[in-house]
Amino acid sequence: MSVPPEPARAAIRTEGGQLEVDLGGEWRISDRRPAWAEVLGAQKPGRVRFNAAELESWDTSLLLFLLEASTDCRKSGIDCDLASLPGKMRTLLDQFEASLNPGEKRDHRDNLLTSVGLATAHASTNLRGIFHFVGECVLSVARFPKRAGKFRWGDCLDQMQECGAMSLPIVSLISFLVGLTLAYQAAVELRQFGADIFVADIVGLSTVREMGPMMAAVILAGRTGAAFAATIGNMKANEEIDALEVVGLSPIDFLVLPRLLALGLMMPLLTLYANCVGILGGMVVAGGILQIPASAYWIETQSSIDLTDLGVGVIKATTFGLLIGLSGCLRGLQAERSAAGVGRATTSAVVTAILLIVVADSLYAVLFHAMGI
Amino acid sequence: MADDKTDIIPAKATPGPAIEVDGLECGYDGEDILKGVTFQVARGESFFIIGGSGCGKSTLLRNMVGLNQPRQGTVRFLGQPFSGADIASRRAQLRNFGMLFQSGALWSSLTLRQNVALPLEEHTSLTRAEIGQVADLKLAQVGLAGFEDYYPSDISGGMNKRAGLARALALDPAIVFFDEPWAGLDPITSRRLDALIRQIRENFGTTLVIVSHELDSIFGLADRVIMLDREARGIIAEGDPRKLAESSTDERVREFLHRGTGEPAHSTKQS
Repeated sequence: MSVPPEPARAAIRTEGGQLEVDLGGEWRISDRRPAWAEVLGAQKPGRVRFNAAELESWDTSLLLFLLEASTDCRKSGIDCDLASLPGKMRTLLDQFEASLNPGEKRDHRDNLLTSVGLATAHASTNLRGIFHFVGECVLSVARFPKRAGKFRWGDCLDQMQECGAMSLPIVSLISFLVGLTLAYQAAVELRQFGADIFVADIVGLSTVREMGPMMAAVILAGRTGAAFAATIGNMKANEEIDALEVVGLSPIDFLVLPRLLALGLMMPLLTLYANCVGILGGMVVAGGILQIPASAYWIETQSSIDLTDLGVGVIKATTFGLLIGLSGCLRGLQAERSAAGVGRATTSAVVTAILLIVVADSLYAVLFHAMGI
Repeated sequence: MADDKTDIIPAKATPGPAIEVDGLECGYDGEDILKGVTFQVARGESFFIIGGSGCGKSTLLRNMVGLNQPRQGTVRFLGQPFSGADIASRRAQLRNFGMLFQSGALWSSLTLRQNVALPLEEHTSLTRAEIGQVADLKLAQVGLAGFEDYYPSDISGGMNKRAGLARALALDPAIVFFDEPWAGLDPITSRRLDALIRQIRENFGTTLVIVSHELDSIFGLADRVIMLDREARGIIAEGDPRKLAESSTDERVREFLHRGTGEPAHSTKQS
């Protein structure tokens, strides 16, 4: 059975005109300790002397107490006698006081002007980095025919499985719900005009041209883009990227190209799949709320969509896939070598990918309008 | 003159070892790494766990401090059971020891001061100002005064390790564990770390348990060592490293402590 620790104590007595403070018990930083103000009470001594003869054990909590006492004595003009304390205790107390008054404070924080300058320089470096990365990717693609035999097809297939097949459940769920929501919103309005059947046109066209590629891209940005950034960021933190460069392997050829190819191939397929599931969602609402037979819905959908619409969706999807891959890999390669750096890279990869997807979608809208398709 | 007993802190002059390990068995994924490991560490002792790569030094340390669960056996700190104890009891005992990880393992999103302050915030009732003061003291003790507001990514690997040591010492623990503290440090920084470790022990009477194969530091700092062996899956030697180097009849021990040169490493260092 262990003996409970004797609590820290500081008892005072007056002797020969000076206040004697007898320190005793076990002083532990995780336990409560006496406060100097409570120990002193209303006493106004001219001199205070500390005795450590009854001390069982002590740590930094006693140093805190002594620091508090000596600081108060200095302020109140009381003579504080620490000479009877063990030498080691006094040395540590001196060290403590010195640590609170460091001679030269290394302030590495920047003022506003420096911060703005650094942010500008950082933005410029970042932009150069993006161009450099895209350039490297283009060169890597150009090198691809020559070194197709050395291309890591195994990695590429793994990535295709990861970003394609493994994404099917979440893509199915989201696309079905989006199709369902679209159909429901359209049904409420169209029913007032007796134009119920046009729900199929609205759902079909908007899914194939817009919502299918967009929803698949947003899902993959959050799922695959983030995973690319985290994986490559961790590899950078572990110096695996440096190791690749040292043995003469381009990280772009080794890591980026298989991922870009996987996403570029899988995104159109996922989008076509998302289109089918979205239309199915619309069909469920049409059948359930508007009592439109599935066959009529399907015929109307077929009449409203042509191959051009499907092509528009597939072109968008391929572009979105490449943008997601580029964002994830770029942010991973730019990650700082720390856990927080990898976290920031992951967030940045998702944000960058979604931003680029929306911008690209807007540009495509203008382009396709101008082309009349 | 002050009473001598107050020079020994915070280890109390109570009897009993600081650490008791009895019949410890540990491993990963069905594979045994160590079996039947039994030893004791006295209070205030500088104790090294040594051995070649892959012999289970770090595994033993992780099982001792509760990062991994031993398959069998018990670990007791300051007379209290630790392995197998309930969560509240283990949490209370965590205040008794600190650990310096191989990489420093500082929390990268916190400044050095915040890194040292976090255990104090969790385990003490000190005011925010006092916690800041103690954190600054601990950083000053490891030679990092002035770097309190720096983030781990702003400083070198050696400084990271020293800051990790300051964090390990935040609660004035009775026992400090070190996992390969000299790994990745240059010789000068290594010797400075030796001096720091020596100072901690002199100042606080702290029990030190160090996993290492750094022979200069083993001969310079260790009171006692246990040597683990991969094939034996346990302890093959125990005692003063200097005596083991001189008189051990076990070829594996002699080879390790002689750096494979045939001469004791501590004597070649001195010559």
